Amino acid sequence: MSDTHAQTVRFVRDTMLPEQAPPATAVGVIGWLRANLFSGWFNSILTIIALGFIYLVLSIVVPWLVSPTWDAASLTECRGILKEMGSEGHFGGACWGVIRDRWVQLLFGFYPSHLYWRPILALVLLAVALAPVLFGEHVPKRLIWFSAIYPFIMPWLLWGGSVWTPIMVAAGLAVGYVAYRLIAVTGGTLLALVAGVVAAMVWWLFLLGPVSGGFDSIIPLGLEGVESRDFGGFMLSLTIGIVAIAISLPLGIVLALGRQSDLLILKSICVGFIEFIRGVPLITLLFVASTLLNIFMPPGTNFDIILRVIIMATLFASAYMAEVIRGGLAALPRGQYEGADSLGLNYWQAQRLIIMPQALKISIPGIVSTFIGLFKDTTLVSIIGLLDPLGLSTAIRADSAWNGIVWELYGFIALLFFICCFSMSRYSMYLERKLRTGHR
Amino acid sequence: MSELMTERKVDRSQLKVSDEVAIEITGMNKWFGTFHVLRDIDLTVNQGERIVIAGPSGSGKSTLIRCINALEEHQKGKIVVDGTELTSDLKNIDKIRREVGMVFQHFNLFPHLTILENCTLAPIWVRKVPRREAVETAMHFLEKVKIPEQADKYPGQLSGGQQQRVAIARSLCMKPRIMLFDEPTSALDPEMIKEVLDTMIELAEEGMTMLCVTHEMGFARQVANRVIFMDQGQIVEQNEPEEFFNNPQSERTKLFLSQILGH
Repeated sequence: MSDTHAQTVRFVRDTMLPEQAPPATAVGVIGWLRANLFSGWFNSILTIIALGFIYLVLSIVVPWLVSPTWDAASLTECRGILKEMGSEGHFGGACWGVIRDRWVQLLFGFYPSHLYWRPILALVLLAVALAPVLFGEHVPKRLIWFSAIYPFIMPWLLWGGSVWTPIMVAAGLAVGYVAYRLIAVTGGTLLALVAGVVAAMVWWLFLLGPVSGGFDSIIPLGLEGVESRDFGGFMLSLTIGIVAIAISLPLGIVLALGRQSDLLILKSICVGFIEFIRGVPLITLLFVASTLLNIFMPPGTNFDIILRVIIMATLFASAYMAEVIRGGLAALPRGQYEGADSLGLNYWQAQRLIIMPQALKISIPGIVSTFIGLFKDTTLVSIIGLLDPLGLSTAIRADSAWNGIVWELYGFIALLFFICCFSMSRYSMYLERKLRTGHR
Repeated sequence: MSELMTERKVDRSQLKVSDEVAIEITGMNKWFGTFHVLRDIDLTVNQGERIVIAGPSGSGKSTLIRCINALEEHQKGKIVVDGTELTSDLKNIDKIRREVGMVFQHFNLFPHLTILENCTLAPIWVRKVPRREAVETAMHFLEKVKIPEQADKYPGQLSGGQQQRVAIARSLCMKPRIMLFDEPTSALDPEMIKEVLDTMIELAEEGMTMLCVTHEMGFARQVANRVIFMDQGQIVEQNEPEEFFNNPQSERTKLFLSQILGH
């Protein structure tokens, strides 16, 4: 470049250029259309074809959706209405009568109708309990205490029974904590932890019944009991899904940490558990829960079927959760651990304050996918005879009035699930946006 | 690199070394698997000393200072920091880490916390300082490293030099008696190196005991009272900076200095 002509490249700007508005074709509606729909002739053709296709689909689906068959009491009656309107065949029109006729059942199963207020109240209280967890900064801080006691209120509302049972179950936590504190003074933390768990287990398995029974005979206070076999419908799906989701996350965190542990036995147990659960189909686990588990129980014990299913679904999801969270942990640079160590934070402080907040943030999409998958998997319980919406739909179609109905029932059930799953998905996106602090 | 990248004058008369021993390492050995990284390290550091550790990459200089706060575990020999022996006992390790601050090449700030939270976290959780007091201390040190106005930002919004100064402030908030610097300027642009070195010089003038692994030979010449040259996991030569740079004894040191200063 030694022969660059200094006299021709020399340049000094003496007036600065003013800022100009962009051309009209680059901004606004026109700009958007050009950029996204009609950029070039090929894309324009594709856009037109796609619009035509969308119109075709909608022109079939919308009339089907809005057919006035709300009052029909049976499939025959519905077909009659449609025939009078002159539309017949597969796409003639939807028979929404089945939903009007059976929506209560699809939601509550065979739950006693005079007690519907209980699951509804449980659902409303769930929203209250979730608010401080999901939207911490928009609600009063003290509401978190309600979130803490909600897990004891919900089963009591749904299943009923003595008020002392949930109180004594909660007392089991206190028993475990006291045992932990007592042992922690002399023995190590690990020993104390084991002692706490054992004490709580002993309380729940052996002392819970007599103690709450005793209290109940002094102050009989409670709700009318509802049997598990009366549970059903979307309420059942929600119950299983929500409990399993709430427990599988902490369990997954523990498993993920266990898998990374230096303690060989702990690590082997966690790896073995995760690999076993991931290697077995959920449906197998559910069959084990519904049939095989009773064989291993002492004769005469009646281990609630919904509880068994919840345990299996939780264990199943927690194994996947552990792997999702392990992915998040692996994505953290070593420097974060070293930064925490060098400041003198101990293992649990480092995990709680530094590692987990970041690892969980990275894993949000995976965690929510697991949640959504788990929630949809609750429909598998219909195979072991629980009457979730899918199980009920089979029963409804067996009714002679609605024999042969397909789309409307499954469409309604799909809508219920879609609302829940889509909300979870949107929330996870909101959370990701909220936690984005990288600014890179 | 022979010149200090800052015009800041260092008043060496202010730099005093006390007789009190801060770190004592005797016969320390470390292996990574079968690879012998550190061999028979003997090193005594007094309170107030500024030591620069130099050497080619892979010579074990980072590993050495990482052993001092137990980020790496040594397998043989003895490390005593501030009267506490470093064993596998977690209590001792935690005690030492409270007294020893560390600054990393890649800052290792916590990206999900604001600058202020980065600085107050450890005092609140480890030293159990009340929040208000921790915030006051943090703001004091952020002012000292000249970025108090960034307190509510996140690390990702700051430049490399600013992040490194926050990292220094974060360590200082724990009121450590010893500071370890692991190549604090190696990941920075030249213009940012200056601001970090200024902060380090200020720290030295206040009598902080410092061990710095660095390639900033200007810093070594002006601030350090001792330069240690390491190669192949051993201390090859140590001397006062003037002597070290002007009159190196070992062949290995001469070669290293000619490579690092010879352009």
